[in-house]
Amino acid sequence: MTASFSDIFSIGRIGGDGIVVVLIKSVVIVLALATAAAYLTYAERKVAARIQLRIGPNRVGPLGLLQPAADAVKLLFKENAAPGGRDKLLYLVGPSLAGGAAIFAFAAIPISGVTCVGGQASGAGCTGGYPLHWDLIHVNVSLLLVLAVTSLGVYSLFLGGWSANSKYSLLGALRSSAQLISYEMAVAFALVGAVILAGSLDLEKIVLMQHDLWFIVLQPLGFLLYFTAALAETNRLPFDLPEAETELVAGYHTEYASMRFGFYFLGEYINVVIVCSIATLVFLGGWLPLVPFIHSDWLGGLVGIGWFLSKVVVLIFVMMWLRWTLPRFRYDRLMNFGWKVLLPLGLVNIAVTGAIVAVRAS
Amino acid sequence: MLLEIAKGLAHTLTVMLRRPITVQWPEEQKPTAPRHRGRHILHRYDNGLEKCIGCELCAAACPVGCIYVGPAENDPNNPVSPGERYAERYEINLMRCIYCGYCAEACPTEAITLGPRFELADFRRERTVVTKAELLEAWPKFTEGRRPASDVGAGADQASRELPRVGISPRVAWDMDEAQRTDLPHPDEFGVPSHVPRVISPDEADPQ
Repeated sequence: MTASFSDIFSIGRIGGDGIVVVLIKSVVIVLALATAAAYLTYAERKVAARIQLRIGPNRVGPLGLLQPAADAVKLLFKENAAPGGRDKLLYLVGPSLAGGAAIFAFAAIPISGVTCVGGQASGAGCTGGYPLHWDLIHVNVSLLLVLAVTSLGVYSLFLGGWSANSKYSLLGALRSSAQLISYEMAVAFALVGAVILAGSLDLEKIVLMQHDLWFIVLQPLGFLLYFTAALAETNRLPFDLPEAETELVAGYHTEYASMRFGFYFLGEYINVVIVCSIATLVFLGGWLPLVPFIHSDWLGGLVGIGWFLSKVVVLIFVMMWLRWTLPRFRYDRLMNFGWKVLLPLGLVNIAVTGAIVAVRAS
Repeated sequence: MLLEIAKGLAHTLTVMLRRPITVQWPEEQKPTAPRHRGRHILHRYDNGLEKCIGCELCAAACPVGCIYVGPAENDPNNPVSPGERYAERYEINLMRCIYCGYCAEACPTEAITLGPRFELADFRRERTVVTKAELLEAWPKFTEGRRPASDVGAGADQASRELPRVGISPRVAWDMDEAQRTDLPHPDEFGVPSHVPRVISPDEADPQ
């Protein structure tokens, strides 16, 4: 007797996947995100270099491709210097939360459509096979879950900055708390328009609703607002005031060294991946191809991942491009911009979208 | 505001497509400027006599006191320099030297100038004091390494140009014993570094 995919994958099944599938997915997510974060630092340096007519890292390995590995080794071997008057527990919680929350948030992000393994896909169902979801936690409010978990990131910044007992850290932490809380609203409001159109908070359903037309066409303002607010959410230029190095040394992670600092870096770059993933899923059709392609078989699932990743990569490049082009905002303008421009525009967007949807439905 | 941002982004995008201006030292090197003030050179007359007459004006002019001149009387039958005296010892402490060029200005016979050589770092402190053997132009070998000026000047074909006989680079010289330290000219002093496979022309190095 041969065990089918469905049997193996369902061992120890509690709610969603069986334990084998959960383990495999978890390991892949953690490894892939850590690698992605490492290579984003490389990409960032290369993009920055080209914009400044330089070459960028090219000494370690071919084209400098082993530079992230060298950096990781360096970070691991550095002295774990820490300030004397720190709060010992919270000082450790900060960086752990920065890396942990970011990786956790990715668990609910579907990177491709449901694939029917070892069975026959029939419409929405999967007879005789195992419906493989390409996310770790499959819930029907996945967008909400991702937003909620990424918001935990503000604790890592604040706890890290406060526990280090340093004025620069504290100022950076205060700034980042105020900024993240302000822009959190703008992020949510920018997404609500698309959620109204899709009628669901399930990222998979939102993507499938874009089968005919990507939401960026229907929600151009929503996309712009989301992308702007997302830059602020990830503390990247032109909104990188929490770590404005000209004023605050390095902001909330001034007093961190070694791999603890590395975890903040990891969290920052994984957050970049996450906000670009959400933008891709909600506005750019996620894994849906530019040209139609048949889904629900193995190949379709993998091709979907390819489409998803290429869209995310383009968005990440735009973020880096913006970073090395625009100057930093002044802090009061940042707050004004968030509350007086982004938020009202988001509300207008919601009202108009809601009105149109209501009129068309009646 | 969006228009300005778009303008800025367009500019950085065009810059991104341009060739980087980085010079990959030490694999690539720009020739030094003609009047670059690097490590000193002690010159000779064309007949091989040393220009230095051991007057110590360079040592007197030196604001940091990094030059030591040990003068000696010339043997009239076998002179080292045209004057009464010559420098038996001539040492420069490169850790102190600020490369101001006052020594060259003070020199009455134009015996000392500052040359193009600038890679002077070393892990051994004693090697940073250079002696007369290293500073002095070689004789008679230096004429062999010298090429017609037209080869070096503007319009010379960089690729087909005959490369000079490779001398001893400073790094190799520093690894040798004191006795082996020679006065062979380093090709840098004729404008072409020996360990450099590709010399970037000024046009190429500065695309603006």
